[in-house]
Amino acid sequence: MIVGEQKPLDEIMELLGDARKVLIAGCGTCVTVCFAGGEKEVGILASELRMKSKLDGHPMEVDEVTVQRQCEWEYIDPLAERLDDYDVILSLACGIGVQAMNEHFPDAITMPGLNTTFLGLPEEQGVWEERCQACGDCILGITGGICPIARCSKQLLNGPCGGSQNGMCEIDPDVPCAWQLIWERAVKLGTVERLIEIQAPKDWSTSRDGGPRKIVRDDLRLADAE
Amino acid sequence: MATEEQSNGYKSGSNLEKVLRAGHFAVTGELGPPQNADREHILEKAKLLTGAVDAVNITDNQTAVVRMSSIASGVLAIGEGLEPIVQMTCRDRNRLAIQADLLGAHALGMRNLLCLTGDHNVFGNHPAAKNVHDLDSVQLIRMVKDLRQGKFQCGDDIKGARPTFFIGAASNPFGDPFEFRPYRLAKKVAAGADFVQTQLIYDIPRFREFMQKVVEMGLHEKVYIMAGVGPLKSSGMARYMRDQVPGMIVQDEYVDRMKAAIAGIPKEEKKARRQAWRQMGIQICIEQIQEIREIEGVAGVHIMAVEWEAAVRPIVDGAGMLPRPTVRMSTSEAKE
Repeated sequence: MIVGEQKPLDEIMELLGDARKVLIAGCGTCVTVCFAGGEKEVGILASELRMKSKLDGHPMEVDEVTVQRQCEWEYIDPLAERLDDYDVILSLACGIGVQAMNEHFPDAITMPGLNTTFLGLPEEQGVWEERCQACGDCILGITGGICPIARCSKQLLNGPCGGSQNGMCEIDPDVPCAWQLIWERAVKLGTVERLIEIQAPKDWSTSRDGGPRKIVRDDLRLADAE
Repeated sequence: MATEEQSNGYKSGSNLEKVLRAGHFAVTGELGPPQNADREHILEKAKLLTGAVDAVNITDNQTAVVRMSSIASGVLAIGEGLEPIVQMTCRDRNRLAIQADLLGAHALGMRNLLCLTGDHNVFGNHPAAKNVHDLDSVQLIRMVKDLRQGKFQCGDDIKGARPTFFIGAASNPFGDPFEFRPYRLAKKVAAGADFVQTQLIYDIPRFREFMQKVVEMGLHEKVYIMAGVGPLKSSGMARYMRDQVPGMIVQDEYVDRMKAAIAGIPKEEKKARRQAWRQMGIQICIEQIQEIREIEGVAGVHIMAVEWEAAVRPIVDGAGMLPRPTVRMSTSEAKE
């Protein structure tokens, strides 16, 4: 899932500027599951903004709404008629949701209330870790299902650097060394030989380096869309 | 692909390559460029090392701190009669930048290149920098070998002069996972490394264990392995290396000897203590070199005297390795 984290209140206040009427728009998918931008968090932030703005002497009117998915037109379409009433929309969706709102409703201003942090999973209750960088050319098949692009601090493809100590990465003793995990998994699976083969330089053109990415599936497109 | 060797039989013709090919026990040192544009800094350090080592590593933004570029510093070192080993990390440059710099480095007279991953930028003075890691060190080694054979990384031919480097790799025998380390070295050899410099070694028994595996795998016959050593400066440094530096194992014996070196010298006599420590540090380093020299498969030592270049000549001298050899022969003569 996409994992996000709410921006500090001060930064949000700055983004809202002189706005007197604000709509906080939550998203019911990824950011709900990671407790960052769902209906509940929208409610809490709305209360915080009302209190803070009141204390600051410029009370804001803050309304709340949460849609199932802020990244799909059909889910945000129903918001259209409400938006004229607000100075600013504060989206608690990921960066995709914020952009979808701005793109779909160009007359309204939608500001981000979250930092979209990574693609990951909850390692345990309250702890999320990155697992994927969406590089566009998955190599999990040769690394035993552990991604060195997302999980090695240097994105190494041919084994650990000299900074791997006691199973941990040199950048932080709390960050597991991806190559330690890959090695242990290979030993367990009996696929060590595979790690000894030299991996050629990665083709990063499928990643962000190739420019913004797009998929077109003609088998799925509607005839009148062409 | 074209042949690896030039008409004189060497891959690069560097002094380091010649010394190793001739079968001498090689010695390399290290020179850290300054965090400013002061050429004198390089020239002074170079003077301390010229004639004491066969070639000198010039670090590339070491510990991710901005310093004078390795290649520019190398030009200054050559001017002092010191052969540089240009260090190149994958942290700061993508494949375009690295290849461009290598074409330039060769044109400026560099013939040795050490291929490194690079310390992570969070450690340095620009932790907010975007890091690159387009290639890893194994892929970098392969790319430098391809360049030597006349191909850019993309596969295009190099039309005209090729950058021919004697290719170095680093190896940390004490990093984890320990069992993977010899395989990682094997990958670097397969990718095209000609010589290897190891991480600083104090734990000689563990290094011996590592070398045993290396010899079993026959790697020592495919690559020149140079063991990393370095003099301790004080008992504080010895303790710090033992207790604080990840991956560094320093036996208590060395810590105790460094402590004993200043026995009877009052704390106020800082200069005398400093001198006693340094003398002991140099002495221990000499003993380590003599011990390491006896280990099968070791072709030389890489002396890392960080910000203490003056220690190198006494160490090399004390270990009976002066004067450094001059190899003028072609490879065919050297073999006879």
